[in-house]
Amino acid sequence: MMLRIRNLSASVDGKPILRGLELDVCAGEVHAIMGPNGSGKSTFAQVLAGRDTYYVVADELSFQGRDLRQMPPEIRAREGIFLAFQYPVEIPGVSNLYFLRAAVNAVRAHRGLPELDAVDFMSRARDEAKSLGMDDAMLKRSLNEGFSGGEKKRNEILQMKLLEPRLAILDESDSGLDIDALRIVADGINTMRSVDRAIIVVTHYQRLLNYVVPDRVHVLIGGRIIRSGSKELAMELEEKGYGWLEEQAAAEGSEYKPGAKRKRDSAQPREKPQPSRKVS
Amino acid sequence: MATTFREKLEQLGIYFCPFSEAVQKYPDLVQKYLGSVVPYSDNFFATLNSAVFSDGSFAYIPKGVRCPLELSTYFRINARETGQFERTLIIADEGSYVSYLEGCTAPMRDRNQLHAAVVELVALDDAEIHYATVQNWYPGDNEGRGGIYNFVTKRGKCQGVNSKISWTQVETGSAITWKYPGCILMGDNSTGAFYSVAVTNNYQQADTGTKMIHIGKHTRSTIVSKGISAGHGQNSYRGMVKVLKSAENARNYSQCDSLLIGDKCGAHTFPYLEVKNSTARVEHEASISKIGDDQIFYCQQRGLSAEDAVSTIINGFCKQVLQELPMEFAVEARKLLGVSLEGSIG
Repeated sequence: MMLRIRNLSASVDGKPILRGLELDVCAGEVHAIMGPNGSGKSTFAQVLAGRDTYYVVADELSFQGRDLRQMPPEIRAREGIFLAFQYPVEIPGVSNLYFLRAAVNAVRAHRGLPELDAVDFMSRARDEAKSLGMDDAMLKRSLNEGFSGGEKKRNEILQMKLLEPRLAILDESDSGLDIDALRIVADGINTMRSVDRAIIVVTHYQRLLNYVVPDRVHVLIGGRIIRSGSKELAMELEEKGYGWLEEQAAAEGSEYKPGAKRKRDSAQPREKPQPSRKVS
Repeated sequence: MATTFREKLEQLGIYFCPFSEAVQKYPDLVQKYLGSVVPYSDNFFATLNSAVFSDGSFAYIPKGVRCPLELSTYFRINARETGQFERTLIIADEGSYVSYLEGCTAPMRDRNQLHAAVVELVALDDAEIHYATVQNWYPGDNEGRGGIYNFVTKRGKCQGVNSKISWTQVETGSAITWKYPGCILMGDNSTGAFYSVAVTNNYQQADTGTKMIHIGKHTRSTIVSKGISAGHGQNSYRGMVKVLKSAENARNYSQCDSLLIGDKCGAHTFPYLEVKNSTARVEHEASISKIGDDQIFYCQQRGLSAEDAVSTIINGFCKQVLQELPMEFAVEARKLLGVSLEGSIG
C-alpha cells in the first residue's frame, strides 16, 4: 500500500474541513477525487503535502509504510510526494529553470544520486517542456511570474515530469484550461502512469477523466468520502450532479447535513455554515 | 595599504595608490580634483573627513585606457573606540573605463564606532566608472548594542559628454547607515545609475538612496533600490531626482522595492522629485511585499528546505542589483545576504 489513510480530520481555526476521511491508494493506480466546491478537496491535497495551516488528526496517515505526520513538507517532497498546485505561486527574479534544477537536485541528493549538471538538466527540461507545448522562453522567465493560468498549470506538469514522484497529487490541474491545453496536460499526466507510481487527480468535472481514465473514483462531500466506485461513477456525477449524493448522505445519518447549521462554540460565532473557503 | 598588480597597471599609465602617496607623486591631479565633487563644506561628516583624513585610495585612468583589472580596496577598522575617515578619489580621463570594488569589515566591539568616508568620482568625456561596494561593517549585537555608524558621502561627477557612472551597493552591515551615492550629470548625454540592496536585521537602521542631478542635455539616470527588513530593522529609501532647466530631454527611472520579514520591522520610501524642465520624463515605481507562507510552502513542496526557500526568494528579489556586480563579488554578496538574515525566519 502506497498511501493509507484512516479517520483523517483537519481543521482551520477550529473550523472542521475534513471529517474522518478514509482512503487507500496502491502503486500503479490512478484515483480521482471529485466533489462540489468547499467539500475539502484542496484541503485534502494540501494536508497530504504537509501544509501546516491545518490542525490534523488521524488514526493513520502513512506513505510507503511511514507516518507522514512525522515528516516536514520538504521531506515528503523528497520521499516522492508531489503536489501540482491549484494556484501555483509566483517567485519574482527566480528563473523557472534555476528553480526546477534546485528542486530536482534536492530530491536527487535525498535519494543519494549525484547532482545533474546544468547542461544535462537544460536539455532534459527543454525536451519535456517541448512535449507540453511550452517554449524555451518560459524556462528562462521568472517562476510563474506573468504566466497565464494555462501556462502555470503546464508548468506544474513540467515540474512533475522532471521530479518523477512516487505519488503525484494533481489539484484541479484541469481548471481554466481550454480544450487543447487540457489534452496536453492530460497527455502529460498519462505519460506519468506507471506500475510504481500512484496518481491522485482532484477535480470538479468529469471532463479531465475522459482523457485520464481513473481506476477509482471517490466522491468527497462534507469532508469525507461518501461514495467510491469505478470510472462509471464519474459519468453518473456528470449527469446527475452532486445533489442526490448529498441528500443520500444526509438520509443515511451522516454528520454532514447540507445547509444545516452546525453546533458551534458560542464564543466564536460564524456567519456562514457552509465551508466555502478556498485553499489557495 | 598595499596594492597588487601595480607594475602591470603602471605600464598602462594607470595610477592606483594610497592617497598619502598620491599627494607626493601626483600633486597636480590631487589639487585639481580633490574636493571638486564633494566640497569640504558639503555636510557635517564630509567636513569632519576633510579636516582629519589621513589616507585612502587614489586612482587615475589615462585617456583611452580600459583598465584590465577590477581595482579593489578593502577596509577594516581594527582599533577600539576609534573613527575611520578614509578618502577615495577616482579620475577617469577621456574615453577610459574602470571598475572599482570596495569591501569593508570590522570586528565585533561593544561600543559604537564612526566611519565617515568621502568618495569622489570624476568621469571626463566618454569615460565610464563602475563603483561597487559590499559593506559588512559590524552591525551590533542582536539587541542593538555596539556597531558601526556608517555616515558616508559618495558622489560622482559625469563631467564630460557621454560619460557614465554607476554605483552598485550591497549594504548588510553597520548599526546605522546614512549614505546617498549620487551622480551629477553635467555632460550632455551622460548617464548615472544606482543599484542598491540594503538589509537590516535585529536593530539595524539603514537610510540610503541616491541623488541624481540632471544638468546636461539628454542625461539619463536609473535607480533600482531593494530594501530587506527583518527583526526590528528599519530600512528607508531616500532619493532625490533633480532636473535643472538646462537638462533638455532628461530621463529618469526609479524603482524601489521593499521586502519585509516578520512583523516588527519597517520599510519607508522618500522619493524627492524636483523637475524644472518640461521635456523631462521621470518615472517612479515602488512596491512593498512580504515573503509569503505560500511561497515558502511551494518551495518546500518541491524539496527545498525552508531556509533554502527563503534565500531563493531573497536572491530573486535582489537579482536586478546582484547582476550588476562582477561575478565573484555577486557570489560573495549572495552568501552575505544569507548570513545577515540567518535566523530571521521563524
